[in-house]
Amino acid sequence: MEVSKLPISATQRGKLISAGYTSLSSICSASSSDISRGTQTAWDMLQEEQESLARITTSCADLDNILGGGIGCREVTEIGGVPGIGKTQLGIQLAVNVQIPVEFGGLGGKAIYIDTEGSFMVERALQIAEACVEDMLEYNRFLRNDCQVKTQPKDILENIFYFRICSYTEQSAVINYLDKFVSEHKDVKVVIIDSIAFHFRHGFVDLALRTRVLSGIALKLMNLAKKFSLAVVLLNQVTTKYTEGSFQLCLALAMNVMHTLTSHLIFDQHQLHIQLLAEGSGIPHQEVKGSK
Amino acid sequence: MANKLISEMRLPKSIANIFAARNITTAKDALSLTELELMKLLDVELSEVRSALALMSEIVCPPYQTALLLMEQRAATEHLGGHLPTRLKGLDAALCGGVPFGVVTELVGPPGTGKTQFCLKLSLLAALPAHYGGLDGGVIYIDVESTFSSRRMIEMGASSFPEIFHSKGMAQEMAGRILVLQPTSLSEFTESLEKIKVSLLQNQVKLLVIDSMEALVPGGHEQRAPGQHPLSWHISLITSLAEFSRIPIVVTNQVRPQSHDESCLYPFQVQKMDRILKDRTRYYSHIVAVLGFHWAHAVTIRLVLEAKSGQRFMNVEKSPTSPPLAFSFTINPSGISLLTDDGTEMVVPETCNLSSR
Repeated sequence: MEVSKLPISATQRGKLISAGYTSLSSICSASSSDISRGTQTAWDMLQEEQESLARITTSCADLDNILGGGIGCREVTEIGGVPGIGKTQLGIQLAVNVQIPVEFGGLGGKAIYIDTEGSFMVERALQIAEACVEDMLEYNRFLRNDCQVKTQPKDILENIFYFRICSYTEQSAVINYLDKFVSEHKDVKVVIIDSIAFHFRHGFVDLALRTRVLSGIALKLMNLAKKFSLAVVLLNQVTTKYTEGSFQLCLALAMNVMHTLTSHLIFDQHQLHIQLLAEGSGIPHQEVKGSK
Repeated sequence: MANKLISEMRLPKSIANIFAARNITTAKDALSLTELELMKLLDVELSEVRSALALMSEIVCPPYQTALLLMEQRAATEHLGGHLPTRLKGLDAALCGGVPFGVVTELVGPPGTGKTQFCLKLSLLAALPAHYGGLDGGVIYIDVESTFSSRRMIEMGASSFPEIFHSKGMAQEMAGRILVLQPTSLSEFTESLEKIKVSLLQNQVKLLVIDSMEALVPGGHEQRAPGQHPLSWHISLITSLAEFSRIPIVVTNQVRPQSHDESCLYPFQVQKMDRILKDRTRYYSHIVAVLGFHWAHAVTIRLVLEAKSGQRFMNVEKSPTSPPLAFSFTINPSGISLLTDDGTEMVVPETCNLSSR
């Protein structure tokens, strides 16, 4: 009997056919683990979760504490806030901190920085890189370690791959291309997108299509994070929304409704609000008084 | 890049023909649809769609550069690694050399605080020859409120650089490099921007000044329903002009006093609104920049000018390379000068709160 005539839903039929099962007999002879290729046992997932204990420090102790050590690998984190609050700063800091060698407690990885607004300032990256090298030297002196600090600020800058994106087409293209790029540069451990909403806010006439394209992007990023065990950080702008009788601030394009984010941080002038959207973390909001 | 034709991309013939048959001719058309939609539209397998998209994305994606390469390129080709020195030592130190190329720097302040003076000085500095620290190029000054004073500018020049300005013909040449446009309406401004695009491509203009931006907004300060801001196209154009021609763009903006019911809060703050409003009267100063969040995000550096109890202050409010710093300054014949080169660091409560309109 043909799979196309089976009384099951169209999506499932489509999936079976695209996986190559065109007749009933082929399904019967396959074992359940063959057909459910792409799913995992709970044990495998636990192993993976333990691997993903790798976290990238944000260089702010309070923030790291709330995040459980830093920005996590295999996760997509969205960071939003009003202009000037320090989102790009944090992005650049993460691009430098991911490179901290393993001997110093870091990941020793490289960074991809996707800039949609032109806000990446090379001078600032150099300042942060120099401070990072100084910190490492200080750490060495403090612990009288034998490990040499071989990294120079210039080396740190060399390991930041910078893409400048000027339209939503290029943004979709670079996200599609990341799969190939990261396969060729396996030591990339963080992808920072600054900012995710920018090109999609103006110029998209069909808003429903925009939502679908953004969902596609969010899903691809999630898959990228899981496949290569890297951290994806989305920086986002704020806008206002009319709810409950007044204008309130909210993050642009509501990426959190895409259901693929793991955590969602909102920077405010006095406080840092974190909404953990991951399954299992029960706390809806945590407030941290951090200094900039 | 986005408008690259699919026919020129050397995809496998079969899939290229299918794209053409369904009238998807540019990369933009293809990448604006989700994978499932393409699959349905083209009637091909998901794997084929994915491999075609992967090939297309690789072609459309701009090439990457390492941050190191970026820095070295700029250091090699641009004046002072991409900065226009303002000759105010403390400010230049905070901004890593001066007003940066490629981004928008905003000057905000109530009327009479010195924004136009600063713009005039910067225009002069950009026109100066390279060995005097200038950019040796043309300046386009868009003067919306007719506050440009060429006499004042020449006075500044003669006072700061007497050796240039007293030599024959130099004053005329310097002033001749500054083109002043005075648009009287938003549509005239739009036309001017289009023309500016062309002269920027010809590489002769080294600085663009817009004084002031918010005077261009039709309807003035009335409460506007949120939706497409009338200047959003212009904002996007200005930021892309800055970036692609690698010039500094300086824009001035006015402020108005903030009233409490217009302040914007996040949803989780609304419950604590009373406490916050009380705090706000204590903490936040009552000046607010207009033009909303889109503009606020587009600006890279914000300098706020204010006059408090007889003294003038220039605050570096938003900057990627500097913490919030306040410099006190005076206005004198040669333009602006700082009273001291060490800015005082501002505590967070003193920084301005931006609210959207």
